[in-house]
Amino acid sequence: MAQPRVIIIGAGPSGVRCAETLVAAGLRPTVIDENRRDGGQIYRRQPDNFTRPYAKLYGTEAASAQALHDSFDALCGKSGGKIDYLPETLAWNIFDGHVHVVCNQRARSLPYDALVICSGATDRLMPVKGWQYAGTYSLGASQIALKAQACAIGRQVVFMGTGPLLYLVAAQYVKAGAAVAAVLDTSPLMRRVAALPKLLARPKVLYNGLALVMGLKRAGVPVLTGITPIEIKGSPETGVQGVVFHDARGRTQTLECDAVGMGYHLRPETQLADLARCAFRFDHETRQWLPETGEDGRTSVPGVYLAGDGMRVLGADAAEIGGKLAAMAVLKDFKYNVPEDQLRRLRAEQAGMERFRQGLAQAFPWPAEQAAQLPDDAIVCRCEAITAGELRHVVCDMGAREANRAKAFSRVGMGRCQGRYCGHAGAEVIAHAAGVPVETVGRLRGQAPVKPLAIAVRPDTE
Amino acid sequence: MNQRFVRLAETNRPRVRIFIDGRVADALAGDTLMVAILNNARELRESEFGDGKRAGFCLMGACQDCWVWTAAGTRLRACTTVVEEGMQIITRQPEATWPNLA
Repeated sequence: MAQPRVIIIGAGPSGVRCAETLVAAGLRPTVIDENRRDGGQIYRRQPDNFTRPYAKLYGTEAASAQALHDSFDALCGKSGGKIDYLPETLAWNIFDGHVHVVCNQRARSLPYDALVICSGATDRLMPVKGWQYAGTYSLGASQIALKAQACAIGRQVVFMGTGPLLYLVAAQYVKAGAAVAAVLDTSPLMRRVAALPKLLARPKVLYNGLALVMGLKRAGVPVLTGITPIEIKGSPETGVQGVVFHDARGRTQTLECDAVGMGYHLRPETQLADLARCAFRFDHETRQWLPETGEDGRTSVPGVYLAGDGMRVLGADAAEIGGKLAAMAVLKDFKYNVPEDQLRRLRAEQAGMERFRQGLAQAFPWPAEQAAQLPDDAIVCRCEAITAGELRHVVCDMGAREANRAKAFSRVGMGRCQGRYCGHAGAEVIAHAAGVPVETVGRLRGQAPVKPLAIAVRPDTE
Repeated sequence: MNQRFVRLAETNRPRVRIFIDGRVADALAGDTLMVAILNNARELRESEFGDGKRAGFCLMGACQDCWVWTAAGTRLRACTTVVEEGMQIITRQPEATWPNLA
């Protein structure tokens, strides 16, 4: 049998390690990546003419970042390389055993025998009144501005939400000399204490996290836990002017700022897995639908595999392991020899990562109750400025108790972002308005193209 | 203050000149178009749904909130476009806008 044609989507930690493992077994995978350069989001590379060293860019993760970049450079090689790398290429559909891509307005479809989707994650967002104002960014965005462009998102920045990224980005801003007005965490401190046994699965990571919080406090940045966001104050013309929230004791507080970095942990990018017809299941712990995966990233569809945060958000170290595991699953399924001892070791390491993930989910819960409390005039869909009241109207007055039906009636989830930033919160608003459990609301179906395409795209006839 | 973003480092790069709605603006080689504009202005565009100015949201090509246009009418996603000398950028959507029927 000829070598299987393996396509990897994504050149972040999981995609790179997946490619490397396949190359080591003698295969030549194709790596498709939307970015200009490898590294994904967490190990995003700065432009060539930037000079900050790794230690400055990636902090405690500098060695991991450099190792990943070096591995990828070695795969690309100076002459020819060991993979077929397609950067700045959008995989916009999976259909009939082909990945449909577009690069520089040229469309192609690439056949595969095995497809490993390493699509990563984006910020998980809970709307708050006023979040449409200019100057509100996701936490991921705040970090990219700094890491890839050496900029802060504003002169006075409030970071609000929950999850490890909240503290990491705030600490990186302080270190880079930006003014951080406050860190506002919706998770109560007690949740973190209760999660400690699970978080101890990765003591070094836990220690680094605690050091970040200590560093913020030492730098004089107010760090408040157990808060409830009320409103981002501002105006349609000038953007963000401040944040109003309730502190842990229920007192209303107002902070002035010109930028807000916001996020509630991350959500996997699962549209391509959906288009490949992978089965999904509801994850009660994090209140979201995730692709069903077996051991090592096999999905319900033969020949389709998942790895990294695009499967389940476990972070960069686990994504590297997941990429290797998915590659080994591909190799096994195509009758290549796989070193069983290495496989066992990687699975054991991944089990520790999973335990830590459960600890994070416990420590930094998705604040579902906020969706229920959103005032009717708060915008849920930033893309098309659709309010919570409009969404509740289609649930209560038009009987739309299912996510896709409510989308059709209200357009929440139909705009430019295709539900990436409103989908989870929208489901919570629908569930509360209808008085049903959120899992019965279902999930927004992935639609091709997964990102907007120009009408002028032409087939590549080469 | 007439800019939204703040440069914290890497300012020793060659200057690049662009035009934002006809006004000349300085950027640095290696800037994304979004960073170039937001170091000269407080917004990227006007929401076509009447809720005010927008300045992007995700910076990773996922939300599509940062669309701007060239003078020739090409739509660009500002967060993933690298700035080029002489770019003519328009922050007002050239097509017809949606009527607000509410």
